[in-house]
Amino acid sequence: MRVFMLGWEFPPFISGGLGTACYGLTKALDKLGVKVTFVLPRMVDDMAGTHVKLLSPEHSRVATIFQYDNFENVEFCAVKAALSPYSSVDQYNKQIESYILEKQKNTTIGGNAPMASAGQYCGDMWSEVHRYAAIACELASEQDFDVVHAHDWMTYPAAVAVAKMKRAPLIVHIHSTEFDRSGENVNQMIYDFERQGFHAADKIISVSHFTRNIIISRYGVAGEKIEVVHNGVEKCNGNALLQEAGIEKDEKIVLFLGRITMQKGPEYFLQAAKRVLDVEEDVKFVMAGSGDMMHRAVELAAHLGIGRNVVFTGFLRGEQVRKIYRMADLYVMPSVSEPFGIAPLEALNHDVPVLISKQSGVSEVLTHALKVDFWDIDEMANKIIAVLRYPPLSTTLKNYGNYEVRKLRWEDSASKCARIYQEMLVGV
Amino acid sequence: MASVVFYFQVHQPVRLRHYTVFDKSNRYFDDHKNASICRKVANKCYLPANRLILDLIRKYDGRFKVAYSVTGTLLEQLEHFSPEVLSTFHALAQTGCVEFLAETYYHSLSFIYSRDEFVQQVEKHCRTMEKLFNYKPKVFRNTELIFNNELAHQIESMGRFNAILCEGADHILGYRSPNYVYKPKGCEKLKLLMKNYALSDDIAFRFSNRGWAEWPLTSEKFAHWVNQVNGNGYVVNLFMDYETFGEHQWADTGIFDFMRHLPEQILNHPDNSFMTPSEAAANFDAVGEIDIPHLISWADTERDLSAWLGNAMQSNAIHELYRLEKKIRSMDDKKLMDDWRKLQTSDHFYYMCTKYFADGDVHKYFNPYDSPYDSYINFMNVLNNMHIRCGDKVDVEGERIEGLKSKVKATKSETLC
Repeated sequence: MRVFMLGWEFPPFISGGLGTACYGLTKALDKLGVKVTFVLPRMVDDMAGTHVKLLSPEHSRVATIFQYDNFENVEFCAVKAALSPYSSVDQYNKQIESYILEKQKNTTIGGNAPMASAGQYCGDMWSEVHRYAAIACELASEQDFDVVHAHDWMTYPAAVAVAKMKRAPLIVHIHSTEFDRSGENVNQMIYDFERQGFHAADKIISVSHFTRNIIISRYGVAGEKIEVVHNGVEKCNGNALLQEAGIEKDEKIVLFLGRITMQKGPEYFLQAAKRVLDVEEDVKFVMAGSGDMMHRAVELAAHLGIGRNVVFTGFLRGEQVRKIYRMADLYVMPSVSEPFGIAPLEALNHDVPVLISKQSGVSEVLTHALKVDFWDIDEMANKIIAVLRYPPLSTTLKNYGNYEVRKLRWEDSASKCARIYQEMLVGV
Repeated sequence: MASVVFYFQVHQPVRLRHYTVFDKSNRYFDDHKNASICRKVANKCYLPANRLILDLIRKYDGRFKVAYSVTGTLLEQLEHFSPEVLSTFHALAQTGCVEFLAETYYHSLSFIYSRDEFVQQVEKHCRTMEKLFNYKPKVFRNTELIFNNELAHQIESMGRFNAILCEGADHILGYRSPNYVYKPKGCEKLKLLMKNYALSDDIAFRFSNRGWAEWPLTSEKFAHWVNQVNGNGYVVNLFMDYETFGEHQWADTGIFDFMRHLPEQILNHPDNSFMTPSEAAANFDAVGEIDIPHLISWADTERDLSAWLGNAMQSNAIHELYRLEKKIRSMDDKKLMDDWRKLQTSDHFYYMCTKYFADGDVHKYFNPYDSPYDSYINFMNVLNNMHIRCGDKVDVEGERIEGLKSKVKATKSETLC
């Protein structure tokens, strides 16, 4: 089985759950022996790292092909494109402007024709997505594969074109929709990309029933076309126990970890924090992450008069994330609309009990978690206080939750995908 | 000869309302939900089943007999929400073919945590049976058939009872049969009746299971199984929840028709009869002694206490509850005492069970909570308010929080080492 897979991001270059999900899924597919060509857009030129093997030493015009050490059957193609996940049209424009300025500076010094290389990128997002599609087609024409598997909207035009060209079945994998990210203020362009992708697909993989319902009701897709494949979680390497000594703290820590955007419900977290602090002292609410609502969140905390108890850490990665998990007494995910939500699984992996919103895909697979409607700040506060006050609650949640998380394996998600590939081939 | 002994457990807890840490009121119970469940069960089960049993008793003119254990928490609710059920029980009591058993008034686990409280609840239940049905209970059954030697001893020492019931668990009986009358170890006169769980569960759990090889279960078939006991025992103890009729097994499964025809089929065999637990204890000598040093129950396949005390939340909640006993008694406040006792009902702890959480199962029945965690949080919030009513907010809270802190520190350093 050979798969032409289109994604947005891949570790170590990630900014959110999509990269984590693509990594977990691809790695598990790799173990199953599925041959994958993973295409992803990258703006930077140099990809070389210690665990990366370049397969095409000279940077070709359109893409760099390389392989990670720990993957056997997966080959990566980094296409030079200025697409980065979670960005809006405005952000794209700013990004491209600064990129062109930068290029002009460099190339003028170097003496090359200034616009030649900058001309690789298109001036607006719509064109860039289509330019990316053209490059993907060029790449695909040199390859043999059985199915096309595309992750989220930016890759859909490319995936649709490639599938048409090669007459291969198209599977689109939905990790998030425009309604999750933007509520009712959807971007029409992105919605159209999504809708066209969903309708062009032969099969849709949705990360939850929650998201499946959105696809049916908001995009008019027939339910039988959509299969739910829940995400898994990477096993913790057991270093959770090898902690540095000396975290002595009298304060309890309640953790929000994720992008601080409308979708993630930061204001509900802060409102609940206010309710908690009305009756409990010595609680710190840590908001780890960054995002377009960061400033509003800081202001809201000040406005609620709880600034002293709220800490903003900015975006954390790697060891910092592990450290914050070790300190946390409770992880809260108050998302307004969360297609899946891998972070709570990671929290449980780190032995932190979780409180998640019912408006999330992960609440479909977790039973040993506290659940609350994202808007119900009183109940959210009630549950936060319960965890802080009644230690057996936290113990039970941790013990059973940790066990439950171990049953959510990427291998199972990958097997389901592999089965879907098979079915598509038989059907075509 | 086989005598069929039917005993039905009739119980509903007083369910708590949603009670957050921000609540200050001392109204803990959800009157609306309790009323609607009580009326629903009355219409689907208690009323039609009582009518059926009454018909059968009249039809067989004293040859058909049953026993009930009706908890105080249900009786109080019936009085408010469904008094017609009480009058049908009253009618049953007057036939002379119905025995009422004694148990803890609040369907509690008090035997394990407070002997004083246990005795008081049993006495209260006996008084209620006398008052309502003019019946002096002679046979005791503990909540969820929880049993050990010590319980038997305690019951015998109360001087009121001739017999006690327990589960006929395989690991206790071994090669022996539940179809005889036994004597608990250490007791002089008290008789022990053991549940024939295979035949009981055929009715209570498997009756409507289409995957079961014996489905559909007819009264002829069941009577045939009872007849097979002939020569290997005297009694067939069929103990089950009364809600089996109409609730666990809906009316359209044919459960009422099954019951309607069962006495005829059983009595077809000249050696068969129906007996109440008291009669069975009086008519048969104990054939041997049963030694049960550890607590057993009739729940799940484990037949242990893990459904109520299996996880840290359950044992914490119940310990905190009984830790309040002294304070509550010293307060001499009737309402407070009543609230505290209603919290002792075993169902509150059953809702916190994580054992079958994933597969749902019987544990879901009438469970007002989405998850065991929600149930624990609710219970602890109520208990917290009760502490405040006991007037020792500063004391207990402070002590508890201090305890918590050191505990947290201990666990933290444990994981760190």
